[in-house]
Amino acid sequence: MSERTEYGPLTEAVYYILLSLYKPLHGYGIMQNVKEISNGRVTLGAGTMYGALNTLLEKGWIVPEIGDDDSRKKEYRITDLGKENVEYEIKRLEELIKNGKIVARGEQA
Amino acid sequence: MKYIVRKAFYNFEKEEKYLNDMSAKGLAFTDYSWCRYVFEDAPAGKYIYRLELLENPVTHPESMNYIKFMEESGVEVVSYYMRWVYFRKLAADGPFDIYTDLDSKIVHYTRIKSLFSALWLANVVTFFTNLIVGISEYRTNLLFAGLSLVAAVGLYLFVLKPVNEKLRKLRSEKNIRE
Repeated sequence: MSERTEYGPLTEAVYYILLSLYKPLHGYGIMQNVKEISNGRVTLGAGTMYGALNTLLEKGWIVPEIGDDDSRKKEYRITDLGKENVEYEIKRLEELIKNGKIVARGEQA
Repeated sequence: MKYIVRKAFYNFEKEEKYLNDMSAKGLAFTDYSWCRYVFEDAPAGKYIYRLELLENPVTHPESMNYIKFMEESGVEVVSYYMRWVYFRKLAADGPFDIYTDLDSKIVHYTRIKSLFSALWLANVVTFFTNLIVGISEYRTNLLFAGLSLVAAVGLYLFVLKPVNEKLRKLRSEKNIRE
């Protein structure tokens, strides 16, 4: 299942979900975290997030966290494969920002 | 106090807006059965309502998982009807939207389109079957043919056409952004 997938742009929702899961979190925790780190700009709908989490689980980018399960809420965390994809995305975003600054703002490379 | 309103909608967004307008007036929607809405007194604007068409029946394990997930994020199931679910959340918790990106909105509208396309097709088939029987044998079947035709045309004009238009807009937006 966790075959190496080809790299491509991630959606904003997926990127922020992955970033949220460097520490184990449950669904509602992810929604709150995303809102917080984006200063309230990004609110993830539960339906959108549910679909994204299922796809990420299938791809092996995240796994359910097994452990002391008192809260009964399912927690997830990112896998190495997921981190690899985040790394690639950061590089891609850096390139976009660099070129944007050079062309649109006339900044030096 | 309980208030009962009998009403029919062919557009789920209008239905959603109606429930939110009622909520804003201090009437919180609490139950639905066929064309029958029950409201109770509540502080004005206490809840935000959202409707969703699920992929599976409400009792299906996948739907139950999803509903549990919704409940964990502070969303309450108010009522359901076939695969439609009425959700609500406290307005004090902030904005409440189920789908927040184009991809997931397209998935939801496509699901709605499939449901009504199947209904439309069933009516078209019924129309032709009754038309043939009506012409060749029993005249009364022509009446049923007429009813099916009205239903099929209505479904197309009032449901499928607006849903297609919505999907077209979302997809063209999708060409340039997420």
